[in-house]
Amino acid sequence: MKNSRWLDYALTIIVLTILWYGASMLLGSQLLPDPLSVLRRLLHAVREEIFWEHTAVSAWRLIAALSLAFITAVPFGLVLGSNERLDRIFAPLIYLSYPIPKIVLLPIILMLFGLGDLGKIILISLIIFFQLLITTRDAVRSLDREVVYALQSLGGNRWHFYRHVVWPVALPGIFTSLRISTGTAVAVLFFVESISTSRGLGLYLIDAWGRADYTTMFVGIIALSAIGIVLYEAFDVMERRLCAWKNL
Amino acid sequence: MASSPDLLAVTGLGKTFGPGTHQKEVLRDVHFHIGYNDSLAIVGPSGCGKTTLLLMTAGLLPPTTGEIHLEGEAIQGPSRKMAVVFQAYGLFPWKRVAENILLGAQFQKLHVSQEALMAIKRELDIENLDHLYPHQLSGGQRQRVALARAMLLRPSLLLLDEPFAALDLITREHLQDHLLILFKKRKFSFVIVTHNIEEAVFLGRRIVIMDPETHGIGEIIDNPNAGTTGFRTAPDYFSKNMTLRHLIEHPHEKQPLA
Repeated sequence: MKNSRWLDYALTIIVLTILWYGASMLLGSQLLPDPLSVLRRLLHAVREEIFWEHTAVSAWRLIAALSLAFITAVPFGLVLGSNERLDRIFAPLIYLSYPIPKIVLLPIILMLFGLGDLGKIILISLIIFFQLLITTRDAVRSLDREVVYALQSLGGNRWHFYRHVVWPVALPGIFTSLRISTGTAVAVLFFVESISTSRGLGLYLIDAWGRADYTTMFVGIIALSAIGIVLYEAFDVMERRLCAWKNL
Repeated sequence: MASSPDLLAVTGLGKTFGPGTHQKEVLRDVHFHIGYNDSLAIVGPSGCGKTTLLLMTAGLLPPTTGEIHLEGEAIQGPSRKMAVVFQAYGLFPWKRVAENILLGAQFQKLHVSQEALMAIKRELDIENLDHLYPHQLSGGQRQRVALARAMLLRPSLLLLDEPFAALDLITREHLQDHLLILFKKRKFSFVIVTHNIEEAVFLGRRIVIMDPETHGIGEIIDNPNAGTTGFRTAPDYFSKNMTLRHLIEHPHEKQPLA
């Protein structure tokens, strides 16, 4: 199982590289550098400290934003999903604020929290907050009433209810949401790092683009994608460990 | 402690769901009682309020009217003297069998010795299932795990909500026998809700017949020979089956057969 997963990854990379190579030949290496040149530039870049600084800053912002969204949205979603009265109070607020494109709040957030890491992290986490909140709440709502009765009849209290029922019921949905959020978070990260920043892969990429250095730009794209893939895989591994009962 | 000899006394119990004009009365003025080391079957067609009655008895659903007393104490929520076995097993899908069995004891901080644990697993023939998850078990195995979990709490009263309804006939009879073996050995009382006439006759020393028209009890019949594994082949078993069938099919005819 594990081996076939890595084989799938390897095959996908090979196919993508071939397609990339073909497209590069068609469009010309000025516009679309060929994979070999990008690989050579990448091997050069990884020996430079500055490349790792950009990567570390971007990774930190992503992990911090995902963590912030997780620690605010998940407990809130667990409580709303298991408490009908609170859910009724908050539902109109959530439905009204969910469709607002939070990215337009960028100037306000940067004004409130500054141009540093905090503003960027808050914007990314705000965007994925709602996604995570709604998935968590709906996962808990799907809870079978009989399981709740079973817990109560066994003498379980409110803490047991959250620990032994609500949390495990919501967990698979939370991981699905985190995986989807990773893609969104990387996209927003690129956007916020293209504005008033001195470090980050978004800047690295935009800077290379501005200099028409497309080979370096592709190195930036690969690095950003790699962070996304690592996070996605990390959530997958965590889910397989923590929701073993789902994967049998 | 109770001055009454009853283990459980249910008086004037009623339940109405929904608000205002959308109210739906499910149960009205239900009375029954059960003594120590006794069994009672509640039988009736689907939708007559049997499960609601059991959930209220278990303290899991508040009644609209009436009272429930267990050993003289009013029931206002789940009691440690009772355990419940549910139709869909009530097992936690994310916990292995070993964790599921011990969950109630863990919540109630009850010490369970290794011998006691092994004994109940042996009695219910679930010794080698510890590492499995509920969805990896058959229906019969799941219900035996649920029974083991309930028995570890050493309840005075076991409440069973259509526990064998989803099982095939052979497994169902096998589990009914298992229940009676536990009943004989471990000295508790049980109330079983069922729509199955044979099951009610085989397990209930008294049988409460629900009347869907009045939302209350139609009849209560005595069935003193029930509650032993040999009863299934006794002549009385067949006559009681006929009586019960007649009473359910003709609920307002006061003269039962046999």
